[in-house]
Amino acid sequence: MSGLTSETLVLLALCLPALGAVGIAIAARIPNLREAVTLTAAGANFVVVGTLLVRVLDGERPVAGGWEVFGGIEIAFLVEPLGMLFATIAATLWIVNSIYSIGYMRGNDEPRQTPFYICFAVAISAAIGIAFAGNLLTLFLFYEILTISTYPLVTHKGTDEAKAKGRVYLLLLLATSMLLLLPAIIWTWVAAGTMDFAPGGILATAGLSAGSVGLLLALYIFGIGKAAVMPVHSWLPAAMVAPTPVSALLHAVAVVKAGVFTVVKVIVYIFGIDFLAASGAGDWLIYVAGFTVITASVIALMQDNLKARLAYSTISQLSYVVLATAILTPISVLGAALHIAAHAISKITLFFAAGSIYTAAHLTEVSQLDGIGRRMPWTMGAFTIAALSMIGLPPTAGFVSKWFILSGGMAAENWVAVGVIFVSTCLTASYFLPIVYRAFFRPPPAATPEHPAHGEGPFPVVLALTITALGILAMFFFPDVPFALSEALAGVEMAK
Amino acid sequence: MNAGFLPLEHLPALQVVVPLLGAVLAALVRRGAIAWMITLAAAWSMPVIAFALLDQVLTSGTISYALGGWAPPVGIEYRIDQANAFMLVLVSIMAALVTTYSLRSVASEIAPERQGWYYSMFLLCLTGLLGMVITGDAFNIFVFMEVSSLATYVLIALGRDRRALISAYQYLVIGTIGATFYVIGVGLLFTMTGTLNLVDIAGRLETVENTRPVIAALGFIGVGIGLKLALFPLHLWLPNAYAFAPSAVTAFIASTATKVAVYLLLRFFFSVFGIPIAFGITQAAPMLLVLAVLGMLVPSLVAIFQTNVKRMLAYSSVAQIGYIMLGIALVSQTGLTGGISHLFNHAIIKGTLFLAIGCMVYSTGITRIEQMAGIGRTMPLTMGAFVVAGLGLIGIPGTAGFVSKWFLIMGAVEQGLWWLVAVIVFSSLLAVIYVGRIIEIAWFREPVATAAAPRKPPVEMLAVTWVLAAATIYFGLDTRITAGVAAQAAELLLAGYR
Repeated sequence: MSGLTSETLVLLALCLPALGAVGIAIAARIPNLREAVTLTAAGANFVVVGTLLVRVLDGERPVAGGWEVFGGIEIAFLVEPLGMLFATIAATLWIVNSIYSIGYMRGNDEPRQTPFYICFAVAISAAIGIAFAGNLLTLFLFYEILTISTYPLVTHKGTDEAKAKGRVYLLLLLATSMLLLLPAIIWTWVAAGTMDFAPGGILATAGLSAGSVGLLLALYIFGIGKAAVMPVHSWLPAAMVAPTPVSALLHAVAVVKAGVFTVVKVIVYIFGIDFLAASGAGDWLIYVAGFTVITASVIALMQDNLKARLAYSTISQLSYVVLATAILTPISVLGAALHIAAHAISKITLFFAAGSIYTAAHLTEVSQLDGIGRRMPWTMGAFTIAALSMIGLPPTAGFVSKWFILSGGMAAENWVAVGVIFVSTCLTASYFLPIVYRAFFRPPPAATPEHPAHGEGPFPVVLALTITALGILAMFFFPDVPFALSEALAGVEMAK
Repeated sequence: MNAGFLPLEHLPALQVVVPLLGAVLAALVRRGAIAWMITLAAAWSMPVIAFALLDQVLTSGTISYALGGWAPPVGIEYRIDQANAFMLVLVSIMAALVTTYSLRSVASEIAPERQGWYYSMFLLCLTGLLGMVITGDAFNIFVFMEVSSLATYVLIALGRDRRALISAYQYLVIGTIGATFYVIGVGLLFTMTGTLNLVDIAGRLETVENTRPVIAALGFIGVGIGLKLALFPLHLWLPNAYAFAPSAVTAFIASTATKVAVYLLLRFFFSVFGIPIAFGITQAAPMLLVLAVLGMLVPSLVAIFQTNVKRMLAYSSVAQIGYIMLGIALVSQTGLTGGISHLFNHAIIKGTLFLAIGCMVYSTGITRIEQMAGIGRTMPLTMGAFVVAGLGLIGIPGTAGFVSKWFLIMGAVEQGLWWLVAVIVFSSLLAVIYVGRIIEIAWFREPVATAAAPRKPPVEMLAVTWVLAAATIYFGLDTRITAGVAAQAAELLLAGYR
């Protein structure tokens, strides 16, 4: 690995999952070989991304690509700390999720597994493309590929419900990106004459009025539908119709994180936090994000379906990242970056647990979970750790990120943001802790023919959720890597 | 290059004469397979000649060729510059690919005793299209327009559905009106300038530019060509013609015939009349803009509700012509680049879609959307190509369709027409609906019993379809050929002949 140039590594990281997709198609008839291809691609991709990570931590900023598409606009890649963080999350969790998928898909006898794994691998390629994109056009290209490659995964079951929700998913994500994001990108290009991500932003010298800047920011925020800022959030609950591994990796990590990642990237590298703070054109974002945080939490509180509750929790937590960025101070942006990582690993664990419950006990509703912790101690143990992390309690990853977001809010004396975080912490506790209570402290119902006694989920499933639960704890005790990357993010200069 | 070497010098004539002779030969042999081989040879020689001409134009500038040695303005001039060399390449490549595709598709859709005629008419149609593009003479354009139109009427009537006859008749009536309008316009121009050579007309119009006959001529020619290119609301012949013609014919005319008509419009409005008359005195731009916008929206909405997949794609074609007209109506370098690139990109995309549908018709006989349930699972390669081209039609980044839409949006932004940006992206969204609808039915609905075991489409049909599908992606990532040449053509057109 060390012999390869960074440019080669960047291209490898992009191509390996796609090559994996080709391999999966070839090995379609032999399920064991097909799964081996997925795991090999995921493993190789992890090694490549890991090698890049070491180099980026050393201060290198690898570049690749540079194919001119038209009129001075290129498909180009630039690996900066935030993208590296996102790619590392995606590459790491892809391995864990692949193990989990194998257990889940086989345990539930899902049909059409080959197209499932192919689309999955393509989606990972797209996520890495978003992470490493060096300009807005490249990002947009992979953003749309991600939407399209995940649509078959949402519609996977082929039922009328799945098709209807697939339509909502595709239309909402494509509509926002085409109606708002694309014009925003073209406007940026016309105004700034460039669309490269540059430290400090590119719009400061473009001569836009404060009103225009605010409008452009709105086009970006609502155009990036994957960030699920209300009112463009309803695709995310719809996407929950997909098999759980999809909800876990894509709709808790890759797709939604691609959304908030793009928001952070646009604010930091296109607008520039200093320029945006000085112009005051982004002040409204605090209120929109804060509204989403609280409203989504309240809706989550009212959901009995476990995956729906998790989905609304995701919407709320995504707007945390947007909120933290919108505070526009270096410490809060650091917190935003850390929260991308912390929420990713916590939410994937929660979905893994939900899928484990579904596979072992065929239960989907919160009200059915009485005493399930006694039958599935590993699953519910991991669930509990992840729930604590979502609330933001030590010793979990969620505490670390929330600490910095709060510090940033207080340092900026942004009491609206601080208030939102306080209220939402209470709400998060109120929609997660009852599940934990129910699972461990209520007696399990007697076994019935419809719901026979059951034990833990399949081994690969339990293995995967144990790994991610340990990851949550590890990120509290050893936050060095995500911390170093977030710190190196442009505009963040921590006084140690 | 050896200038004395006979064929090289006469390449412009060969471009038209070879398919014409092929048409006669094909009509004489009558047997389907042999006629196909003649057509194949003639059709594949076309891109060779077209590329040679394009190369000459790009290296040494405009070619002027006096047909039969009679120098213009007495004789007919074939005149090739960046704009029409590009069109020659497009039309001839599509002809070659569709011919390769058509042997078994035609054999399955057209009775054996008519196949010889089919190939003959196909080559005549090609002759007419290439002739319209290459010639520099207004009346010669009319002659070739009739050659291609008459051949097209026959080709459409050969469709196996009886409604093909009515469709061909409709097209015959409307097409003849179009040609008549055109020739009236040319007649007026001839009275005013005393010449039929396009360059000469352009030169002599300067002294009479603000006269009623000249403006009437512009109107007649605009409407005549508008009928031919299916400019909304003059598009009524198109949906039926595309829906009921044989599969290979639909693919060919959808990607060439309307495009050649667009070229003629560009040639007359920009080169012959020039911007001062076409967009100064008569103010055609706002009207074209309105028609383009309506054309992008109304047919897209209609496409959503179609039950026949070929009709759905036909309405989509009318909408895409709206995009091209939008590029023209912007009358700017960026807008025109977008329009001309879209002309090329849409030809590739719509060609792929109709060829994929042709494969499906060959294997299953299905054309109704409802019957396509689960066809993606039984025919993954065919419908895979359909999906790729469908993404191109929507304008997803990474496909050819995105490139042209980018330039069109840029063109609108440059002039501060923000509402137009909204229209362009909204129309793309309608494409998401009508393409997405097919994809959902084809891939996510359980297959019905009748479509369960289709026969495999022949390898050459699939190969041609995928060549074009791959081109949809390729021209989305490398735009040197499309947008590059389109920009040159736009520059040339904006300059006019004067």
